[in-house]
Amino acid sequence: MSTEAQAEAPPAEDTRHPAAKALDAGLPGALVLASEDRGQAVLLVERDRIRETLQLLRDDPALRLDWLMDVTAIDYLGMGREPRFNVVYQLLSRQFNQRVTVKVGVPEGDEVAPSVTPDWPTANWLEREVYDMMGIRFSGHPDLRRILMPHDWQTYPQRKDVPLGEEPVAFSDNVPPNEPA
Amino acid sequence: MVTMETREGEYGTVGIGDLAPRVRQDTMLINMGPQHPSTHGVLRLQLELDGETVVKCTPHLGYVHTGIEKTIESRTWQQAVTATDRMDYLVPLINNLGYALAVEKLIGCEIPPRAQVARVILSELQRISSHLVWMGTHAIDLGAMSVFLYCFREREQICDLFDLTTGQRMMTSYIRVGGLAQELHPDFPERTRKFCREFPSHIDQYEALLKENEIWQERTMGVGILTGEQALALGVTGPVLRASGVNWDLRKAQPYSGYEQYDFEVPLATEGDCYARYRVRMQEMRQSLRIIEQALDRLPDGPTRTSDRKVSLPPREEINRSMEALIHHFKLVTEGIRVPAGEVYVAVESARGELGFYVVSDGTNHPYRCHVREPNFVNLQALPAIMEGRLVADAVACIGSLDPVIGGVDR
Repeated sequence: MSTEAQAEAPPAEDTRHPAAKALDAGLPGALVLASEDRGQAVLLVERDRIRETLQLLRDDPALRLDWLMDVTAIDYLGMGREPRFNVVYQLLSRQFNQRVTVKVGVPEGDEVAPSVTPDWPTANWLEREVYDMMGIRFSGHPDLRRILMPHDWQTYPQRKDVPLGEEPVAFSDNVPPNEPA
Repeated sequence: MVTMETREGEYGTVGIGDLAPRVRQDTMLINMGPQHPSTHGVLRLQLELDGETVVKCTPHLGYVHTGIEKTIESRTWQQAVTATDRMDYLVPLINNLGYALAVEKLIGCEIPPRAQVARVILSELQRISSHLVWMGTHAIDLGAMSVFLYCFREREQICDLFDLTTGQRMMTSYIRVGGLAQELHPDFPERTRKFCREFPSHIDQYEALLKENEIWQERTMGVGILTGEQALALGVTGPVLRASGVNWDLRKAQPYSGYEQYDFEVPLATEGDCYARYRVRMQEMRQSLRIIEQALDRLPDGPTRTSDRKVSLPPREEINRSMEALIHHFKLVTEGIRVPAGEVYVAVESARGELGFYVVSDGTNHPYRCHVREPNFVNLQALPAIMEGRLVADAVACIGSLDPVIGGVDR
């Protein structure tokens, strides 16, 4: 390509969501991938920087994503994606009436993520549920213990490698002959 | 591998040991629940009392956890709607609607106008029915026993309306991906109008019994105060948030299913106590009636399911004529709907707050993940905040005013 053609080409427009741009400007290196799904902005960020990321998105005067609606997790084992887990945060700005989804990747064997409970009290039980169901521990959580399963339950039920656990029903044709019908 | 200590080790047995490291010698530990008439379900509260004052309230959940989210992963997209009925069991139609909207957003299919209006009518009837149960149970908890009977008498009429058109009183599974399960019953609009004509006098009846009632006011005014900032920080939504002064209702802010067409108000209060929450919910019932009447006026003719043949079954005559229709029918009955891969979070305004569905599809015929952001679960986090520091006698009023449905809390 000649230098004249390069000089005349207009600079590529940054069409990313304003949250992605603000994040890149305020916390360089935190944003791993900015994407969109069905019209909703999804930001994949570095696991260790999730607290600063959420603080920035909340404090930015043009974003004001000050309401954490949900913290959940997804196990991509069945889809063969890496890293195996994603912790998903749903943010909502009441002032600007928009939603942004933020995700962090949590690899298998290292299922820890920083807790955002110190900044967002609502995350207390939400992170407990993620720990209970997926086995992802949140460092800095004030009270990390199981919330839905019994306190001494051994598995993390929502993981894809844990079976649904339906009990087999004994019908007359699958009860062994020595057992009472 | 990073190891991290959880607090699991500190909690040996389920009982007094749960609070052993922090219990003061001069306080008493009382268990409220899990079997208790006033905990609005199977909720266990561990109360640490200093005389009559609640020093600490620790809710223990999970008694009704049935693994609904995991069950949904083993069902097809259409089968999964039956699981959504059984979460917050007082608003099955609203649960159905949230799930259907999320999946329809993933598919990208159009819902015909008649189905959209019908969805609004059904959601608002469900909201009234849910508030009636709340009103009845909250009142009887505090001793107003007649109110319970009157509220359930009206709720019976709504259950009859649902029975008429959906075939079920409660677990309807009527609002499905692609529209409604079936055409509305021909008598449904007229009988709903009859209900709307009679109901305002009933709300007046409840208010006549409670609103200026000195005992009711003594037990709910100034009790269980939750400020707007506390509510927002705890993620509380719905009538509890609006009674604390924050004007946020998804039907107005992020309308779905045509809610922007209807003229209604969002009731607000500022005190944030139990009495304010009572007033907000009573007004919400009146506003829901307004919406239903407008929607009935608007109810257009037409199909109640999308014409997208990848989602809805073709009509039987078409199957006889068209090979394509036959193939669609075959695929839908054997495999079910296939939803394009992607992730979406869709929220509706349930009777208790923001009901969000985070649905993930991997392109197959069953959901890969369906996480439900339940308002009951998140709102219940506020219970310790409104109960601690107050008298144990107010505990029942506090729980009732937050209106938790444990099926939604535990899923």
